[in-house]
Amino acid sequence: MNDPTPVRTYLGVPLYRPRVAFFEFSSCEGCQLQILNNEATLLDFLSLVEVVNFREAMKERSDDYEIALVEGSITRGDETGRLKKIREKAKVLVALGSCACFGGVNQLKNRFGLDWVKKEVYGDSPIETEYVRPLEDIVKVDLKIFGCPVKKEEVENIIINIAIGKAIVHPKYPICTECKANENICLFDLGEPCLGPITRGGCNSWCPNSRFGCWGCRGPAEDTNIEQMKKIMKEHGFSEDTILDRLECFGGFSSYAQELRKK
Amino acid sequence: MKIDCNINVHHLTRVEGHGNIRITIEAGQLKQARWEVVETPRFFEAMLVGKKWDNAPWICGRICGICSIGHTLASIRAVENAFGIIPTVQTQKLRILLKHMETLQSHILHLYFLSAPDFLNAGSVFPLIESHPDVVIKAAGIKQLANDICDCVGGRRLHPTRTVVGGFTMLPDKKELSKFKGRLEKVVSDLLLTAKLFKTFKIPDFIRETEFVSLKANRNYPFIGGDLISTDGIHKKEHEYKQMTNEYIVEQSTSKWSRLSRKSFAVGALARINNNFEFLDTSAMEISLSFGLKPVNHNPYMNNIAQLVECVHVVKESLGLINELLDSEWEEPRQQVVPRSGTGVGAVEVPRGILYHCYDFDEAGHIIKSDCVIPTSQNHANIQHDLEELAGRYASEGIRDKDIELLAEMLVRSYDPCISCSVH
Repeated sequence: MNDPTPVRTYLGVPLYRPRVAFFEFSSCEGCQLQILNNEATLLDFLSLVEVVNFREAMKERSDDYEIALVEGSITRGDETGRLKKIREKAKVLVALGSCACFGGVNQLKNRFGLDWVKKEVYGDSPIETEYVRPLEDIVKVDLKIFGCPVKKEEVENIIINIAIGKAIVHPKYPICTECKANENICLFDLGEPCLGPITRGGCNSWCPNSRFGCWGCRGPAEDTNIEQMKKIMKEHGFSEDTILDRLECFGGFSSYAQELRKK
Repeated sequence: MKIDCNINVHHLTRVEGHGNIRITIEAGQLKQARWEVVETPRFFEAMLVGKKWDNAPWICGRICGICSIGHTLASIRAVENAFGIIPTVQTQKLRILLKHMETLQSHILHLYFLSAPDFLNAGSVFPLIESHPDVVIKAAGIKQLANDICDCVGGRRLHPTRTVVGGFTMLPDKKELSKFKGRLEKVVSDLLLTAKLFKTFKIPDFIRETEFVSLKANRNYPFIGGDLISTDGIHKKEHEYKQMTNEYIVEQSTSKWSRLSRKSFAVGALARINNNFEFLDTSAMEISLSFGLKPVNHNPYMNNIAQLVECVHVVKESLGLINELLDSEWEEPRQQVVPRSGTGVGAVEVPRGILYHCYDFDEAGHIIKSDCVIPTSQNHANIQHDLEELAGRYASEGIRDKDIELLAEMLVRSYDPCISCSVH
């Protein structure tokens, strides 16, 4: 790609711009679009990195990149091969969003047998599909950016931190902590189910800020007390079905959801 | 005349999702022209089975990263129609405003970031940051405003958080809403400049007679719900959508295809204008006429211009909606939802055309069966037939391979396809 902006310098020394490539597998491509959706800082961001592959936005393609941002889950044989090639070329492979990290909503398909799933949508016509897998089931993932969708500010911060060599640390605390700090009315008091007490923070309680209960798209916080969560939900009158719907929606809590489903 | 030509575009760029273009000409004869969709299916219709009604809009919004608001609203409408819920006037206005801003951001994304580089001889919008900074900054500004309003009304620009069955979880702040008025008025003049820029583009002169399908206007240029019509004179009710879509499976595509009166039809901005031209806002209509766009226009490349016309329309209408919302007292944001067994259909005009969601529920409100028919899946067959005609015509005129390839790519991009959405 032609360099759109002059090389950034600091004290007269040109700054290094890492080569970034975007890739997508089975997904809505919304996480990549979040980058284009960050209009206010997009141009500044583009001056810090060199985007060499972004099929959704540009015609030029290059296999010479350092950071690969990979969106989507793996659901077909050809995707496995493509992902392995990306792994070979990238210095850092980042799983971008819930589909890449956990399988995302796509893994809801895994509740059923593949034959039934195919027949339900394509009838008797042949169609190729596999059980949905997150990227790390196939290749080594260096870094995960959680969320459905990812938070654009978080993506930019993480890429900048990679570029300048700063440690990347995800919050260990749950969304509940952020929600309290934002002085929101607790959703349980409004009669809404919410996974805020067990889901990893970092989104600044994005959904609860809109009085919409958390569905756990960022996966579990550290030291998740799932039994206590179930107790709270029960005390507020929510059925096991409601808890299960939330736990299994994005795949981050799949082991807990599977256990609950067995009962 | 062209003797031999072999065009093979693997994973076409600057479109959403994965599709290939293949054109082969041998000894002056068109051997094949194919539009192949290779996207992996995600099986949303299967995922939803057994899920409670409140899961549907939340999961279905994830069908698409560009028009998640449209999918969420179509899903909500399908659930509400099944349960016999009629949204309040306030909810209807907020939903239309949200929908308009999604249309604006999506059309601007397509016009400037995906489509314009072809006309300005660039591979992407990135080199245009240097060569046409005013254009890029203007586009980013319009897109940002549309997205800011989506955040304010829907809670979030992508996969909205406030839109639920029965209404909204929360209402926008009136002070914040009123601040958008000035910015929207400025967008009108920016769009007039956009029109000036697009007048300098050479829109390929390619006509192929086509049937166009959209919602039918009642009092306003239609976006959410209502009857279905085609330019070939078909008229159906919303719940009869399957008689408009007639989906079938083909070997060259993981997306289903559709047909109606002919072997294919088109949906989208051009279809909406072709069916509902007289309901456009007057200034939008003026711009349309200044480009010679009036019904029935059969040039698929004119979908770009149709999107520009719609940008003006939705901005004008949004200004009116914001004024009406500011002038009235807020009512309860959300109605109670009582599930019941039955079927509900929601038809919504999303940026790329008419979208249908349909669910069957049991008494407790669990989904027994679901069906989603996506605008781009309705367009695939039409893209295929356009491509055949285009390749045949330009090959016989002896145009260079590279130029045919570009025209073919531009043709597909004109439909602004949302391929992963179409396969879902």
